[in-house]
Amino acid sequence: MIADFDYQFFLEVLVGGLLSGVMYSLVAIGFVLIYKTSGVLNFAQGAMLLFAALTFVSLVERGVPFALALVITFAIMVAIGIAIERTVLRPLTNKPPITLFMATLGLSYIIEGAAQLIWGTQVHGLDLGIEDVPLEIGGVLISQFDIFAAVVAAGMVLLLSLFFRYTRIGLSFRAVADDQFAALAVGLRLPLIWATVWAAAGLVALVAGLLWGARLGVQFSLSLVVLKALPVLVLGGFDSILGAIVGGLLIGASEKLAEVYIGDYFGGGIESWFAYVVALVFLLIRPSGLFGQKLVERV
Amino acid sequence: MTAITSDFSSAPVLPKWVVPVLLLAFAYGVVPLIGSSYLFEAILLPFLALSLAGVGLNILTGYAGQVSLGSAAFMAAGAFAAYNFNLRIEGLPLIGSIFLAGIVAAAIGIAFGLPSLRLKGFYLAVSTLAAQFFVQWALTKFSWFSNNSASGVMDAPRLSISGFALDGAIGRYLFALTIVSVLTFLAHRLVSSQTGRNFIAIRDNETAARIIGIPVLKTKLLAFAISSFIIGVAGVIWAFAYLRTVEPDGFDLDRSFQILFIIIIGGLASIRGAFFGAALIVVFPLVLSRLGGFLLGDLFDSGVLDMSQRIVLGALIILFLILEPDGLVALWDRIRRRLLFAWQST
Repeated sequence: MIADFDYQFFLEVLVGGLLSGVMYSLVAIGFVLIYKTSGVLNFAQGAMLLFAALTFVSLVERGVPFALALVITFAIMVAIGIAIERTVLRPLTNKPPITLFMATLGLSYIIEGAAQLIWGTQVHGLDLGIEDVPLEIGGVLISQFDIFAAVVAAGMVLLLSLFFRYTRIGLSFRAVADDQFAALAVGLRLPLIWATVWAAAGLVALVAGLLWGARLGVQFSLSLVVLKALPVLVLGGFDSILGAIVGGLLIGASEKLAEVYIGDYFGGGIESWFAYVVALVFLLIRPSGLFGQKLVERV
Repeated sequence: MTAITSDFSSAPVLPKWVVPVLLLAFAYGVVPLIGSSYLFEAILLPFLALSLAGVGLNILTGYAGQVSLGSAAFMAAGAFAAYNFNLRIEGLPLIGSIFLAGIVAAAIGIAFGLPSLRLKGFYLAVSTLAAQFFVQWALTKFSWFSNNSASGVMDAPRLSISGFALDGAIGRYLFALTIVSVLTFLAHRLVSSQTGRNFIAIRDNETAARIIGIPVLKTKLLAFAISSFIIGVAGVIWAFAYLRTVEPDGFDLDRSFQILFIIIIGGLASIRGAFFGAALIVVFPLVLSRLGGFLLGDLFDSGVLDMSQRIVLGALIILFLILEPDGLVALWDRIRRRLLFAWQST
């Protein structure tokens, strides 16, 4: 059995899994941003992703140049972020986190409905101009598109880390994440900070939406990638960007390996729930996740 | 400070059992005589099934404070279990299969409730999604569950009790009504018992509950078991009495959210709330489609209807969370008190 173990093939599956894990991380980072600063698990992240991708594609299809469409979509996402802060989060300040979660569930219904009401429900193709020809690196075939996605993700994480570390508003993000009350006491303006965070999450949604949209086609099922991101979050901890990356890689790799090597014993198609099982088993052993704060209410 | 007296203290207080008994008498005695088959098929049957599912989820989420996003999985488990018991055990009465189906759902509930012993809040909510995906996958993947049917859609067995056929619209309505009433009554007794108070104690402060000697682990699993039992039976009613087919498709994540929405809109930790919420969830799409068709005419096709339904539903959830966190039940109680007060002061 071991003798005819195809090492090459194993590597290919592993790398493919890791790279699709990067795509999960991209979605998960959007969650982490908002969770860190406002303690809300934003279920609407997937809907925002759909909205961003759909808006962008529809603009491009109507003849708007690529860069301009990007700017317009980003502006719309910022506006949505601010609107959410005003109309949903502000009236619900100091409510239990689970109430806020349910509110974002309602929000995701509104955004999904609105996106499709405005732009229609048909599937749009999205071409980012990247050829999806497999590259051969060290004897392993790797999709060029996946590498591009990984580079974009890495760039975004770098950008976010620099932003958090060196800019004034980034510092106030961290202050708010640390202690909302103290942040308020030293005069930080929470509404402004939350609006900025939602705008940043909108940007992440836009980037993730474009990459996922190019992969799957821009359509309703795009909003379901949240369901792939949730186990990543559970694994990595809701409040850690590093956790989202590592969690994404772990989930992506184990999911692909499981599908290829043990999927047959279950009759295939185990991708829909395998990630959850990995996350659950891991949590039962180590309840604080990989990088989550110990404070997080878990036991 | 002077003593505070309620403005409404002079309102006549009816014994608590009067309203439910009157409602039941109406549901049994009057509705079957005046109802059209559209009323039964399109409104009352889904309303009863969803109400019961709401009662089940309310025990877990409203009373015991454990958020679950996997309710539809337990409905599916109940429906498929009842179908298979009925198919594979000769001579088992229908009520027997339904009861056993509830037990199966409860067992699955306990299995997926195990993470709740270590996880709380969001982490638990996410892990209940595992139940949703796993059960749906298993039911589609293993054709044994659907008796090797090619389409995966099976006809539900005809409803009958000791040889008395109940497969007309009214018969199915009475069948569903009876099961829902009995289980709702039991759920009502449960939440006002010591066990129910244990649930609430765990929801409000787990550490304190542990200190006063409540067996937290056992109680949580009990909440999962009872809730899943009720939701499983609701699944049987959904499949056998309402749809009359058994298939995994209807029990998807959207259904789970729908049941969660029912208890948010109706009122968390309230048995009545599940009925209020279910009524709204069942009736509002019908109203919306009539209203939309009336206002917009041909522009309002089924796609637009679907999307505007989602938007309105999402907006309703947020509005309720902000303006009336205790749901329709609280709204209803306040209106009733105001009316009584106004009536008395004239």
